Amino acid sequence: MSARGVTITVNGEARSIACDPRTSLLDALREHLHLTGTKKGCNQGACGACTVLVDGRRINACLTLAVMHHGAEVTTIEGLATGDALHPLQAAFIDCDGLQCGFCTPGQIVSGVACINEGHASSAAEIQAWMSGNICRCGAYLGIIAAISQAAGRS
Amino acid sequence: MFPFSFDKVSTEDEALRAAAAGGRFLAGGTTLIDLMREEIEQPRHLVDINALPLAEIRAEGSDLLIGALARMADVAGHPETLRLHPLIAESLLEGASPQLRNAASIGGNLLQRVRCPYFRMRDAACNKRMPGSGCSAIGGLNAGHAIMGTSEHCVATHPSDLAVALVALDATLRVRGPEGERGFPVEDLFRLPGETPHLEHTLMPGELIVEVWVPGGPPARKARYLKVRDRASYEFALVSTAVALDIQDGRILGARIAAGGVGTRPWRMRASEAALIGKAPVREAFSAAAELAVRGARPLSGNHYKVDLLRRTIVRALEMAGEMT
Ligand SMILES: Cc1cc2nc3c(=O)[nH]c(=O)nc-3n(C[C@H](O)[C@H](O)[C@H](O)COP(=O)(O)OP(=O)(O)OC[C@H]3O[C@@H](n4cnc5c(N)ncnc54)[C@H](O)[C@@H]3O)c2cc1C
Ligand code: SF4
Ligand code: FES
Ligand code: FES
Repeated sequence: MSARGVTITVNGEARSIACDPRTSLLDALREHLHLTGTKKGCNQGACGACTVLVDGRRINACLTLAVMHHGAEVTTIEGLATGDALHPLQAAFIDCDGLQCGFCTPGQIVSGVACINEGHASSAAEIQAWMSGNICRCGAYLGIIAAISQAAGRS
Repeated sequence: MFPFSFDKVSTEDEALRAAAAGGRFLAGGTTLIDLMREEIEQPRHLVDINALPLAEIRAEGSDLLIGALARMADVAGHPETLRLHPLIAESLLEGASPQLRNAASIGGNLLQRVRCPYFRMRDAACNKRMPGSGCSAIGGLNAGHAIMGTSEHCVATHPSDLAVALVALDATLRVRGPEGERGFPVEDLFRLPGETPHLEHTLMPGELIVEVWVPGGPPARKARYLKVRDRASYEFALVSTAVALDIQDGRILGARIAAGGVGTRPWRMRASEAALIGKAPVREAFSAAAELAVRGARPLSGNHYKVDLLRRTIVRALEMAGEMT
């Protein structure tokens, strides 16, 4: 199948790629733009490791095609910090031990940023429900919830 | 994934033309792309319909109208949904994950494919995927499968939570196709498997779901969705129930009961509904209604537990609805 030109603003910068329509947004980010912070866990929508923000909304990058997002704005884990200054939720994950192996962490943090922005982080129970799309095989959930609570309290 | 061509359309007419030429509609992609990657679905041409102006959610009197491209998250959080049909919001929030609900559309949700594991295993017999090959679930792992509406050819449940709520609320679909526009109850969208489990719905080739229309009225207020599953969230139902009650002066004037996870399509419990009319909203009446709901259930080797679970889920959901003010 012929490659198509797709322009996506990724972390504030317009990026043009030529990709087969089969390319998922996740593969476009990782393989074409070499932004490997966004992880591929299940590739089936079941784990949340691939969570990115598209026009400000969190979605699973594995279950969407890059060609569907021509003209969109995508934010990945690489786009959260400002220079060397970590995003408050990144800092909170370090403070609260919100990770063990770290594989799920980029997805957890991007999803957590959206969870806070949506106003779904007012209690531990609410965070649990609204972070259920992000699985952590190491079971670092207590630290993850603490980190999101901490960052939500600050913002 | 097999190769395919891709087009984005911006009007309904363009979409219908592309579908008439054999194209397959692509909305959120959370069912279709997943199954294309597994090579279970192999469309040759995808028609991205996301630019069509079909995402509106609005009220008309006490009725709720939902565009087919409205996202699950947007419908669940919309003030008119919460005001007119909180049951719909509840059923949506009990499904999938926040990320999936941001991407998935209402039309796509109704047309999502079954979650039977053998349907996704290309080397397993499955009449739905390969007509005539047999059904691996009947003699295999079937704890998650249906106890009603099954046939010797397929026993898979319809997985949508939203569909259960819409069937309970007597919602209607508006669709457009090459032959023009038509409307019919959401309940009639879903076929029983019978001898043709590969045919799942009653849309004609190339028909586009445009809108869902949910009538308002008294049952909309005391209505609950109760979903029982293996973990507390981000999981499909073992058994779920959407119930709605119209109670006046201590008597039930109207009742709606539909169940998910138990039927090969969302299952309306009309005998149970009729049994509640004129009764006081108490456990005794609810239990009698639940008993009628499981009459005729045909459990498989691995899902006898669903009969009792369905009874209890109906009773609990009716109690929850009855307690609403
Ligand atoms: C991990 C996971 C967990 C999930 N859990 C749940 C759950 O608990 N409960 C639940 O209800 N669902 C659940 N889902 C399913 C999810 O809700 C559906 O995948 C989603 O709603 C499909 O919508 P979509 O817009 O992404 O559809 P798409 O994948 O774009 O399309 C699905 C089908 O509908 C057709 N189509 C789409 N729109 C139209 C239209 N307007 N007219 C005609 N045809 C159309 C497409 O051609 C395709 O055949 C889950 C999914 C995943 C991946
Ligand atoms: S239950 Fe239906 S979907 Fe599952 S294996 Fe049998 S035929 Fe296929
Ligand atoms: S990789 Fe996308 S949800 Fe698991
Ligand atoms: S930290 Fe290892 S999977 Fe979450």
